[in-house]
Amino acid sequence: MKQTPLYQAHLEANGKMVDFGGWEMPLNYGSQIEEHHQVRNDAGMFDVSHMTTVDFKGAEAKKFLQILIANDVDKLKTQGRALYSCMLNETGGVVDDLIVYYQDDENYRMVINAGTTEKDIAWINLQAEDFDVIVEPKLDLAMIAVQGPNARAKVFEAMPGVEDVAGELKPFNAASLGELFVARTGYTGEDGFEIMLPEKSAEFTWKMLLEAGVRPCGLGARDTLRLEAGMSLYGSEMNENTSPLEAALTWTVDLNNEDRHFVGRGALEALRNDGVKKTIVGLVLNGKGVIRDHQKVVTSIGDGEVTSGTFSPTMGKAIALASVPMGTTGSCEIEMRNKLVSAKIVKPPFVRNGKVLV
Amino acid sequence: MSEVRDDRQYTETHEWILDNGDGTYTMGVTDHAQELLGDMVFVELPSEGDEASVEDEFCVVESVKAASGVYAPVDLEVVEANEVLDDEPELVNSSCYDAGWLVKFKSDPIDGLMDASTYSETLD
Repeated sequence: MKQTPLYQAHLEANGKMVDFGGWEMPLNYGSQIEEHHQVRNDAGMFDVSHMTTVDFKGAEAKKFLQILIANDVDKLKTQGRALYSCMLNETGGVVDDLIVYYQDDENYRMVINAGTTEKDIAWINLQAEDFDVIVEPKLDLAMIAVQGPNARAKVFEAMPGVEDVAGELKPFNAASLGELFVARTGYTGEDGFEIMLPEKSAEFTWKMLLEAGVRPCGLGARDTLRLEAGMSLYGSEMNENTSPLEAALTWTVDLNNEDRHFVGRGALEALRNDGVKKTIVGLVLNGKGVIRDHQKVVTSIGDGEVTSGTFSPTMGKAIALASVPMGTTGSCEIEMRNKLVSAKIVKPPFVRNGKVLV
Repeated sequence: MSEVRDDRQYTETHEWILDNGDGTYTMGVTDHAQELLGDMVFVELPSEGDEASVEDEFCVVESVKAASGVYAPVDLEVVEANEVLDDEPELVNSSCYDAGWLVKFKSDPIDGLMDASTYSETLD
């Protein structure tokens, strides 16, 4: 199995290591619920070095990204600005979801999922054949996400010089400091940074953050936090057979520029004209139990399926994202351990910045 | 290393059974089980007077990771359920052999389950 540069640090912190798509990663360091609260209330850090950074360089970098992904990088005008997008196949299904950062029209940086990296790189290279662009996976970078209301202050305390370049950063923007790349982004619904850095600096930086009071958090808490924040997980809410229009990600698809023929556009337009049949909604369980992935959802206009289910530590209730027939509102029932249990249908996010919103 | 206590018997499904000496037994899940399951969030308990036949699922412990049935080791009648767990399911994690017990029941004498050393060997 593959290990990140922080593998030893995880063992020292009693990380419970599990196989996560071929990577040996910490599920938790004792209690995933305590780690969850740590991020909502103070500051926690996640090793996300298994994710992959890809740089795009060349005269046609912008033109290439405009056909590669469904959102339009033309929106990015200032250095460090970030954009969330899906990368589609010809049938409008999602190859991966990603964040792309703007440096200038000839330089972009992209972060893609760990489990999809090989597939993504092959796909990107195939699409890039006719463009003047160099696709450069940066496999020697580590990545640490520091998240929580006190995350930024603790990063400034732990990492000299970062406040000078990142102190004024607005959400969804990034800045560089030498080999460091600091982005005010995340996957928890809290403020904070995602920091890319050379492998050799990872362990030292992790220790400095520990000393500043940032607590290590595992993949378990990462999942409950992102689910409370209503954020999609590739492979759960969307996949190669589900388009963004069917996954409540229409806001990430930019059809404004009619001359921008991005991959999958034709399929999306055809789907839109035929009528989109399903979408993703949030569910809050009435009563006890925990909603689990793939449980059947029964609504008045047809059946659906739980795409991500969990227990929300912030709300003290079971919550889920579920794929249901378009137009489902009000309430539904979930088939849990051979019983039908009622649930309320809500619009995610469930929790943002420590506050319950549903 | 998971803790195993010498004073009680164990099942293959990672429950412990303690003889109270008065014809009743106390039952819970083992340290190994709670470690595997992770943070507990709900415990579904039977009511006093409920009867269960051997191998019936008569409790459910549910963690962030999974729901897990708890099985009757013999034919039994519930005499008490640990209702504190309704509000503090995390006691199953922090004190699985003491405050995190699940049920007390009466039954015919129980023997033939695993003792501590046999159960420990199954965990290796």
